Amino acid sequence: MLRLWKLAFGLLAVLFLLVPMFAILPLAFNDSSILTYPMTGVSMRWFSELVEENIWRRAILNSLIIGLSTAVFASVLGTLAALGLRGSTGRLARFGNLIFLMPMVAPIVVLGVGMQLMFTRLGLNNTYLGVIIAHTVISVPFVVISVSAALAGIDPALERASANLGASPRATFVHVTLPLARPGILAGAIFALATSLDEVVLTLFLGGAGQRTLAREMFAQLRENLTPVIAAVSFVFIVGTVCLGAVNVFLRNSRRFRAEGPAE
Amino acid sequence: MSATTSPAGTAPAHPTRPHPIIRCDRLSKSYGTVRVMENLSLDIAPGEFISLLGPSGSGKTTLLMMIAGFEEPTEGAIWLDGRRIDAVAPFRRNMGMVFQNYALFPHMTVAQNIGFPLKMRGTPRREIAGRVARALEMIELGALADRYPPQLSGGQQQRVALARALVFEPRVVLMDEPLGALDKRLREQMQLDIRDLHRRLGLTVIFVTHDQSEALTMSDRIAVFNKGRIEQIGTPDDIYDRPRTRFVAEFIGETNLLTGRISGGQLRLPDETRLALADGNGAGEGDEVVVSVRPERMRVIAPGTMPEPGANRLEGALRDVVYLGDHLRLQIDAAGQALVVKQPRAGLAPQPGARVALTFDAADTRVITS
Repeated sequence: MLRLWKLAFGLLAVLFLLVPMFAILPLAFNDSSILTYPMTGVSMRWFSELVEENIWRRAILNSLIIGLSTAVFASVLGTLAALGLRGSTGRLARFGNLIFLMPMVAPIVVLGVGMQLMFTRLGLNNTYLGVIIAHTVISVPFVVISVSAALAGIDPALERASANLGASPRATFVHVTLPLARPGILAGAIFALATSLDEVVLTLFLGGAGQRTLAREMFAQLRENLTPVIAAVSFVFIVGTVCLGAVNVFLRNSRRFRAEGPAE
Repeated sequence: MSATTSPAGTAPAHPTRPHPIIRCDRLSKSYGTVRVMENLSLDIAPGEFISLLGPSGSGKTTLLMMIAGFEEPTEGAIWLDGRRIDAVAPFRRNMGMVFQNYALFPHMTVAQNIGFPLKMRGTPRREIAGRVARALEMIELGALADRYPPQLSGGQQQRVALARALVFEPRVVLMDEPLGALDKRLREQMQLDIRDLHRRLGLTVIFVTHDQSEALTMSDRIAVFNKGRIEQIGTPDDIYDRPRTRFVAEFIGETNLLTGRISGGQLRLPDETRLALADGNGAGEGDEVVVSVRPERMRVIAPGTMPEPGANRLEGALRDVVYLGDHLRLQIDAAGQALVVKQPRAGLAPQPGARVALTFDAADTRVITS
């Protein structure tokens, strides 16, 4: 009996978390031009509007440019940080770790204001680079965490074995450490991409009309005209996120990712 | 891998061989104020199979790591073939090593793992392929060349690790408890396989283990470690039959230790029983000594019977009999001491509690002075 109650409670909690996210999805296929239930008919017109109308196409393109650049920058910087912090246990290292994780807990609004002040001076306001830098700042902690975990999971004997077998420290890094940390780096990159895709606050502060991302455009459209395209965008977002998550799980589970071509 | 057979591979190793391949000269190691190795010297002859045997924390692994280059001695020097190496980076030492948990690269296939040391040495691809193929043949895993290590059994992983450590034909192979993770039958098979490889390829092997029977089975010489020092070094029968210290006697195999005083060239037990000894081993009249007698050197006889002339005799009570298949293990309280006798099942079948006598030859006693 108790088990049944537990199960029921668990299901309720899951529903509470997921229903708001999925409630809007059917409306993406509604043929009415008002974003509300009940549905009047099934249509794909909002999806075609999403890809055909300039404003949305531009937003999708912006999201991809900014998101992918953020993923690249954040994973390179985060990986370097994790490598630097690896194995050091001193007070300085712990302080460094704290600094790297700070953007995760810092209030985004405060970060946005600060960046706006700074970026104006640097001439980075209303530029792609500015938005990409801002997104990178809040994405780096995810990469640091996931790469640090991957590095911590590497058996130190493997690097010793590599040295023993004649690999210089650099060769050991290239052939052993980096390939073994790769799932962590990729997971970090995926987190960074996801973070950038749904970021609104910093984009609001720092991006101009030219840098409107999909999330930012949704936010704008919500206030101006409640078009069902928003539901279509939501659908694309959720499908995209689920795909990214699936890729991440797949990477984590496949232990046999190849580091290099077979030794012919 | 070519089967270069050097005569040294089969010749009995000798500590005073003029040119040791490895010379450890007065090595000490401290971590902060903790001294884990004290003034340790060891010469290893080319082609020798030497085991470093001792309990955990005795310094045997520390020594192996120093030879491999992963630990630096605080004091002392290590020489490889006349070249001082204790400040040389591990990757320039050219020694093969088999790690405790094999340390195979999980992201490389079996063939890539074995080819790795060759690739690092800039060996041409075609030659790598040939040598990897021969190494795979040697370990009889040719069919698994494209598998990844996590897909292999423990024994297979062990053989891949061995092939990887040998494929670049290092002069010295280091093994850090390589068989510890295998089950008993596989372990015994691998002991023989490694021993066979050692002979065939003329390898110098330094083998770390805490398993005394493994050391006795495989080694030309055994160095028994205790508290950062070598307690005794010698051939397996030397170590087993003539332990120099109480630690060695107890660590290698099982033994009975009789405590008493030397009196008139004999051992006088606290209850005044006198026992004949092989020799005093340097102990003087009146010295308190410990005498080691191996359980399989003792025999239980019926209480009334007299032993053969010259043999020692003790009377006591049988406390327990343990049946071990091919032999019996008898626990006997005699002369105020708890003794163990191992003997074949044939003959008498005494019951616990019975009065028994046991006998052993003076030649089987070993006086331990320290």
